[in-house]
Amino acid sequence: MPTALRHRARRRPDYAMIASFIAPGSRVLDLGCGDGQLLVELSQQKGCQVRGIEINARFVAEAIHNGIPVYNGDMLEGMGHYRDHSFDVVVLSQTLQQTLDPQAVLREMLRIGERAIVSFPNFGLFKTRLQLLFSGRMPRHEFLPYTWYETPNVHLCTVKDFYDLCSDMDLEVTREVFLSPSGKRLPHRLANLFAGLAIFELQS
Amino acid sequence: MSIDDEVPITTNSKLGGDNSVGLVTPQYFTFAEAPNEMALDSGARIGPITMAYETYGTLNAARSNAVLVFHALSGDAHVAGYHTPEDRKPGWWDLLIGPGKALDTDYLFVICANVLGGCKGSTGPSSENPRTGKPYGMQFPVITIGDMVQAQRFLIDHLGIDRLLSVIGGSMGGMQALEWVIRYPERTASVLAIATTGRQSAQGIAFDEVGRQAIMADPNWAGGNYYGQASPTAGLAIARMIAHITYLSDAQMQAKFGRRLQSRESLGYDFTAEFQVESYLKYQGDAFVRRFDANSYLYITKAIDYFDLEASKGSLIEAFSGIQSEFMVVSFTSDWLYPPYQGKALVRALQANGIPTTYLEVPSTYGHDAFLLPNERYAAAIHDFIMNIYQRVTKGEN
Repeated sequence: MPTALRHRARRRPDYAMIASFIAPGSRVLDLGCGDGQLLVELSQQKGCQVRGIEINARFVAEAIHNGIPVYNGDMLEGMGHYRDHSFDVVVLSQTLQQTLDPQAVLREMLRIGERAIVSFPNFGLFKTRLQLLFSGRMPRHEFLPYTWYETPNVHLCTVKDFYDLCSDMDLEVTREVFLSPSGKRLPHRLANLFAGLAIFELQS
Repeated sequence: MSIDDEVPITTNSKLGGDNSVGLVTPQYFTFAEAPNEMALDSGARIGPITMAYETYGTLNAARSNAVLVFHALSGDAHVAGYHTPEDRKPGWWDLLIGPGKALDTDYLFVICANVLGGCKGSTGPSSENPRTGKPYGMQFPVITIGDMVQAQRFLIDHLGIDRLLSVIGGSMGGMQALEWVIRYPERTASVLAIATTGRQSAQGIAFDEVGRQAIMADPNWAGGNYYGQASPTAGLAIARMIAHITYLSDAQMQAKFGRRLQSRESLGYDFTAEFQVESYLKYQGDAFVRRFDANSYLYITKAIDYFDLEASKGSLIEAFSGIQSEFMVVSFTSDWLYPPYQGKALVRALQANGIPTTYLEVPSTYGHDAFLLPNERYAAAIHDFIMNIYQRVTKGEN
């Protein structure tokens, strides 16, 4: 089960950065919340009011164990249950590239949330480009761990691609952070080539 | 609904075992004596009312660890343990209730009462009408899920419990749990609504009505005045057979029975119960008439059919407004009596109100009956949800 890998990681590298974007006491919805780790931290350390959506029943069970109110189902369907502006922040950590309709997901996030925080693996990473160029095969590394036939990633993009989408959709980027494969913050000009993960905060 | 042959039969060796509540004694509470009869949703009044109930575990000093379990259509107060050492089977939800189980009686005080209108010790159509000295029969007033819940509130008052830790139920029991929190929002910290709905569907009403017609078409029904004489067993058995089909699933029936014949090698070209599925349903019907009153079946199914939270409050969202309790809604994928979309409609209305809500959709091929059957993930979710509430509610108590 490929998605298990994503959740089995002890702590996603982007969680600390995402948490740093979120003000104490915020109402937070985490899409694809897994076992609810980020939400537990936000609830305990920042007094946030937290909710999760998770499609995998096994992770739902873990989230329930961790005391997180979680919706077991598809994220678009789950978001559809909420009224406009129900949340201060809606988080989508490393899952946008797995959604069938990223635009619909972003629109819903910014309908029910004042702000959206989205992180994704940057397909423009030099390592990805070199692997494809020199091996002639689909790239595989820590940010793209799946074989082409098992991958849940159906909408991969580069940092530049994402800026283009934001511009097309008239979304305002209020903050962005780029992390190198070793977890270092990178300046904007190096992001498309050297960022493993990109984290964006958006407003409509 | 008890599922007669599907609950794994627990032998008596378990009776004193670590995970059974052991021997339990039914208790009774009578209230609403004249002239203080209880007012019903219909405007009628009824009294006195006796409630049969059982409790398991110990009520703590702060009276904050009580969980009220509501039973489904054909259930009763005997939810766990054994009445006598000779009992072959434990209570109907013994699987989930006991020391170390999902509803852990080492921590929780679990209460279950037979519903108003029932035939397992609580006042119902087979009880004596104080005005006539004879069984009520069809003189019994039509009751609603709300009336059932009101009667249980009198019992909870009597037990001296201001605020329950949780109200829990599957199927019609889930309807009561939802009704409880809407009527008495201050009186429960959480709600666990399983395999249930906010409004009985047209399909649900349809099946119930066929069952009622089967009972009323039985000449022995005699307008409901059959007490002391032959009862409408044929009609009630058919009602049960129809209902039982709605508790199973196509996949489960195929797996369990297929087209297998019961006690012969080839087709007999006659109308005896040849197929295993026929024989099974006949057994279910026959077993049911020995333990259930036909008039109670009419009244309880009527209450189910009247259940509609949207109609009573304008909308489901409005119905849950102002509620502070935490919710968990559980649906089973193959339940076609109360399918997942009905559980999701509840979740949608709860979330629209900002109520902390967990929705769990359990993959199962067992149909509606899944809520009574062993399933590790389901049991663990109930346990974890309730224990999180328990820890929060009892924190700081001593």
